[in-house]
Parts: sequence; structure tokens; C-alpha cells
Amino acid sequence: MGAIVLQVKNISKHFPGVLANDHINFDLRKGEIHTLLGENGAGKTTLMNILDGIYYPDEGEIYLNGKKVDIRSPFEATKNGIGMIHQHFMLVDTLTVLENVVLGLESQGFYLNKKKIAERIKEISQNYNLNINPYAKIWQLSVGEQQRVEIIKTLFRGAKILIMDEPTAVLTPQEADTLFKILRRMIKEDKSIIFISHKLDEVMKISDRITVLRKGKLVGTVDKKEIKQKELAKMMVGREVLFRLDRNPIRRKGEVLKIEDLETHNDKGIIILRGINFSLPGGEIFGLAGVSGNGQTELAEVIVGLRRAIAGKVYIKGEEVTNLCPKAITKEGTNYIPPDRLKVGLVPNLSTVENAILRRYDREPISRGIFLNYEEAAKYTRELIKQFNIMVPRENAPVKFLSGGNLQKLILAREIREEPALLIAVHPSRGLDVGATEFVRKKLLEERDQGVAILLISEDLEELLMISDRIGVIYEGKIVGMVDIDDANINEIGLMMAGVHKNPLLKGEENVKV
Amino acid sequence: MRPDAYAITIILLAATVESGTILLFPIIGEIFTERSGILNLGIEGMMIIGALVGFATAFMTGQIYWAFFMGMLAGGLASLIHAFISITLRGNQVVSGLALSIFGLGVTNFYGQEFVNLQLAHTIPQVIIPGLSQIPFFGPILFKQDYMVYLSYILVIITWFILFKTKAGIQLRAVGQNAQAADAMGVNVYKVRYFWTFFGGLMAGAGGAYLTLNCAPFWLDGITAGRGWVAIALVIFARWNPPYALIGAYLFGAINALQFQLQSMGTTIPSALLSMQPYFLTFILIIVATLLVKAKHIGVPKELGIPYAREEK
Repeated sequence: MGAIVLQVKNISKHFPGVLANDHINFDLRKGEIHTLLGENGAGKTTLMNILDGIYYPDEGEIYLNGKKVDIRSPFEATKNGIGMIHQHFMLVDTLTVLENVVLGLESQGFYLNKKKIAERIKEISQNYNLNINPYAKIWQLSVGEQQRVEIIKTLFRGAKILIMDEPTAVLTPQEADTLFKILRRMIKEDKSIIFISHKLDEVMKISDRITVLRKGKLVGTVDKKEIKQKELAKMMVGREVLFRLDRNPIRRKGEVLKIEDLETHNDKGIIILRGINFSLPGGEIFGLAGVSGNGQTELAEVIVGLRRAIAGKVYIKGEEVTNLCPKAITKEGTNYIPPDRLKVGLVPNLSTVENAILRRYDREPISRGIFLNYEEAAKYTRELIKQFNIMVPRENAPVKFLSGGNLQKLILAREIREEPALLIAVHPSRGLDVGATEFVRKKLLEERDQGVAILLISEDLEELLMISDRIGVIYEGKIVGMVDIDDANINEIGLMMAGVHKNPLLKGEENVKV
Repeated sequence: MRPDAYAITIILLAATVESGTILLFPIIGEIFTERSGILNLGIEGMMIIGALVGFATAFMTGQIYWAFFMGMLAGGLASLIHAFISITLRGNQVVSGLALSIFGLGVTNFYGQEFVNLQLAHTIPQVIIPGLSQIPFFGPILFKQDYMVYLSYILVIITWFILFKTKAGIQLRAVGQNAQAADAMGVNVYKVRYFWTFFGGLMAGAGGAYLTLNCAPFWLDGITAGRGWVAIALVIFARWNPPYALIGAYLFGAINALQFQLQSMGTTIPSALLSMQPYFLTFILIIVATLLVKAKHIGVPKELGIPYAREEK
């Protein structure tokens, strides 16, 4: 392994109320893939944003090839040969690949010689098997391709150190493998890579060394060859982790949800669902897998009445509810855990109490004529807080000050307490720490055992495999495959998510048109 | 004697170009300001400041081109108030822009008192371009104008080129579509926004100055008569693209020239109703433009009106 190219000494960074990085030490060698492992909120991204000049540290020093450097902007990071690929891609989607690549480059003259730049891009792209058309607009590319544009961008700038923030989060397993091949090729050319992740299996697969962070503090740096996955998990979380959840045998009841030939538009007015068919009995968790943008969130919105269906029908307990208003659909026993907690799930500036009663403010005993009975409301809220173990410092303070886990628990509590027949859960554990994730999953399993039909939409394959009874795969607005959990195979699901494997493995009455 | 219809058409269309030029400058300016993510509703204010400064300079010095430049500069300086509030202080751009418009009307009302009802001895002189002005029909309409009109033609081409063919254009579009990404790529978001907001101010000032130095060479309170607001509407019609700005501005100019002509020929239609026509057209244009934008999925710059701050947690 090569010499140390980058060294971070005693870096600290505060944000209001949080110590995001607490005296962190870290080093990177030439030609290695060094993983930064930690849960959400461990401070990984903050540390990398410091290296990229987006944040400036309160304390500490950065050395590049033994020389102390002061990085005050992404521009200076680039000059120092550091390139960062953010979790949310820093691409302007109305511009072309080429335009994105040259954006912010000083070496270009006033007039852009597009031909010359395109040739350079093609050269880089061939060298690393990236395969990108320089004239394509970003919005026309798949997520995997966009990521490759990000890689080209950093290489075009002559980056020697590449920082990748959770690059596989948006990829199918196959796309991730392609990415790993590209990364291996890059370290052969003496580049160094910092890989940020919280997925243990891929960390074990790709890293040379691993540095673990927890709650802003450094836990330690280890060599991959000298550590097992389980020990790594313990380092990351600080306690033993359950890799499996116990679950009771399935007891299916009568059909609760039935979807027939459903079609709808997305926000841009483009058809995003192209004939969805499935049915869901009570007592089952039906997991819907798919890369984001294939229509899964729109499907949830149509079912709960937030988006109009342009064709097809939705039945709940045998009654047609297509395009009814959300309130009417809720009345039929449907509840919803939306993907965006603070945008759709809760009203950020209302208090915990006011948010807790959003489903029943218009019913006795909380409503009394045109007035609200705040005592009853507070009583009900306290019940929820106790039952779901929600940490609420002040129940009359705006709800936006709660942590992600507590927000999600509040939504879960509010929706489950309505005793639904059908629960639609979209990304229920996204962005939560391990403890809260476990809690959410256990609650969903509990509801399933109570006989509730649950449609679980998630991009986290591990989660789907852990708690679903049946998994469907959605690709370009169609369900392209459906497997029973006992027959589920992660590779096969991955291929279907990528739209490669189009043979639906169907059982029973579901009739999927492909 | 009945005037020759052909001659009248030529006169009308030449007046259209003149009248449209008043708007073309501010529309182009605002296109660039908005492309950078800053909504400046202060055009009316900047225009009228430009109009008064231009008029006053011309009146006192007699230097007409110098006056045009001063009017332009005054508009630019006024825009810096808006830039400071919305970029540096990250204030509300709608409120700041409205305040700038009200400020402009108020301040010109105050300082313009001594100029009310005065008239300029000379307006911007006509410069006939040899050769081009001989082209039948188009020649006399487009090339028997003045330097400012010719400047506006060149401006349309240059700004289009800058927007789509140069580094500055890519930076501008990136900042307006995704400021965070632009920042991460090393583009100075604040600098880009200040620059193009200032440019927008210069152009608004130019439009105002052209009004009082050529089309209406006298001073009255509120002489811009809402043209600044029309310009903002026409930016949407132009879909943030300079060549379309030309169409929007000239359509407005045409109706304006026509109603003026009708009024001067003495029709029985009440003059107030005629004067309303250009503004009514603006309404129609904005409806058409909104439908077009929707149908073709041409987005407003995504960052429009949103202040940018790097360390937001």
C-alpha cells in the first residue's frame, strides 16, 4: 500500500446544538479504498464536507502529502485534487453532461469549445468504462449514469482523491457491482478513494481499511482483513445488532386492497404508472421494491387519494374508492405513512399535540362543536407518547424540533391508532438510526399480526426481505415480478429492479401484464 | 386626401420598433436576473429612475448619449439595493422588489418636480444605415432608427450567445437551476447573482432613459406608466430566452403604436379604452405563455426567489 496522501488531525465541527465532529483523526493512503462507516448522524458527511471545503472546521488541521492545507471552498478542494461525489448529485439537470462537466472550471476560455471537451470526456469515459454520451441532458439519464457523470466530473478536474458519499444508496445491486468495478480500476491508477457507507456487507466487499464513527466521535480504524462483519456492526452501533426480526407465521384474511389496471401521471404530466394490478389480503405485508422514480410513490398517492388516477380502479374492502378525496378514503380504513415526514406527514410549525390530533380533531371528544377541547387533545397525545415511547421535550413546541425517529414514531402512532384495515407505508425507516428503524419494523409486524394489510414501499432491499411476506418489483410503472418471501432471491430482485429480468414470477390470481 | 396605406404601415411598424425597444432592454435584463435566481420586481422603479436621470442629464448638459449612459447607470445602482437585500441579507425578494418600485416612483416624483412639463430640445438622433435601409419594407422599419435601437438588436444576439455558448452562460444557468450544485463545482453564486442583478438594473435604466430621451422627451410623474410590470410579465412570455423577448416587446410596441395612431387620427373610441389595449394584450400574452410553459414543460428557473446560503443545517 502506498504512502499517506491525506491526513486529518483533530478535526472538530459544531452546529447549533450538535457536535457533529469531535476531534476526528483519519488518514488515507495512495491506491486504497478507505471506508468511513457510521450510522446516520455519526458525522461522516460533515467530515467529508470539511475536506471538500463546504464547511470550515472549528478546530483541527488537514495535511495533503505532508503539507498543511487550508481548504475554504469546493473550488480550493478541486485545486488540491480532492473531488467529492455527494449523496444528492450536484448536477444541474437542465444542462448537458458536457456543460455540467465544465461548470466552474477556470481553465476554459470565455467561449466553450464543445468539440474538444467532448473528446476529453470520451477519453476518460473509455479509460474507466464509464460509457456516457457527453451531449445527453442530465434529466434524461438514469441514476447510475448520473453517478458516472459525477465521476467523470471529478476525473476531468484531475482529482487524485475521490470522496463518495453513500454512492450505492440509489443503485440496484447490479449497478453497485458495476460501480465497484469502476472504483477498483481507479485505485489501480493510483487514485485514492474515501467511501462512505452504513451498509456492512458492501463495506466488507470493497474496502481496504475502515474507519468507524459514532455520534461524531472516532471509534477506530481497522484493516478489513482483520475484522468480521459482526464486530464492525458492534463498533458502529455500540451494541449487538439484530440481523433478523422474529416473525409469526402468516395468517392471511380476506382481500383488503385490490388494484386494477391503474394508470396515473407524475408531477410533470408524464405517465408514470402503466397498468398496475395486484391484490392484498389482510394480515400480509406486501413489499414493493424498485429504484426510485419508477412510480412507487405515485402509486401510494393514488391509493390514498392524493393523486388522480387517469385509468384503472382501486378497491378497498370490495368498495371502489378510485379518485375519492383523501378523507373519504381514510374513512374506508386506509392510513398512510408518507415518504416525507415534514412535508406531508406533519405540519412542521404546529405543536406535537396539534399534529397528533390531525386525524381526529373533527370528532368527539376532541372536537366540541366549533371548538377544540385542548385538554382532551393533550390527553390523547400523552397516550400516544407513552404507548409509542416518543421523546417529546415540550408537547406544545413546534414539532419540527423533534428528531427524525421521534417524528416517524409520532406519525406511526397517529396512523396506527386509527385502527386501519390498510396501511400504506412509504420509506418508513429512511434516515432513521438503528434503534428507531427496529422499532418501526417491529410495529409494522405487530400490525400485520393484528390482521392489517400493509403495503410497504421501500428502496431498502434488506428491509423488504426482513419483514415482507411477498415482494413485488416495480419498474417503469409496471409490476414486473412478484415472489413469495420464501422464494425471494436478492439477485433476481435486483435484476428485475434494473428492468433486465422481465419474467414475472407470479402466483395466484395476480395477473401482471408486461 | 387619403394617406397611402403602405406608408402608414411603415410608419406604424417603425414606431412599433421604437416603442418596443423601451421594453426590450428591461426584459432582457430581467431574463438574466431571473436566470440567476433573483426575482427583481423593482423594474418599474429602476426604469423611472433611469428615465428621470437620463432626462435631467440631457436637459442640463445637452449630451444625449451621455444622458442615456447616466440613466442606465442610475438603474444599475438602484438594482444594487435589491441585490444587497436579497443576496447578502437573504431577504424576501418579492417585498424588496416591490419596495424598490415604490421607492423609484416616490423619489422621481420628488426630484422630478422642477422638470415637470419641461421638454428636451433634441431627442436621440436618427441614424440611417446605408445599404440596409434600402431593403424594401424592412429597411425603413428596422434600419432608419437610432443607435439605441441598433444596440438593442446586437444585445439580443450577444445575450443569446452568452447564455448558451459561453462559460458565463453555463454558470448563470447552473446558479439559477441548482445553486448548491453550482457552488459545489466552484462557481461563486453570490458573485454571479450580484453581477446579473446589476446587469438587470442597467438594462431597466436603459429602457427608462430611452423612453424620456426619444419616445416621450418630456417629464411627467409616473411616466413609465407600468411598463416595468409589463416587462416582468413578458419575461415569462419570452420563456427566459432573449430572442423571444424581441417578439414580446414588439407585440406590445405594435399595439401601443396602433392605439397612438388611432388616437391621433381622432376616432370615436374613448382614448382611455385605447390606452388600455397594450396592457390588455399583456394579459393575453401571459395566459398564452403560461399555457405554453405548462405544455412544453419549460420550467421557471428552479432557484427563482430562493436565497442561497451555504451552511444551512
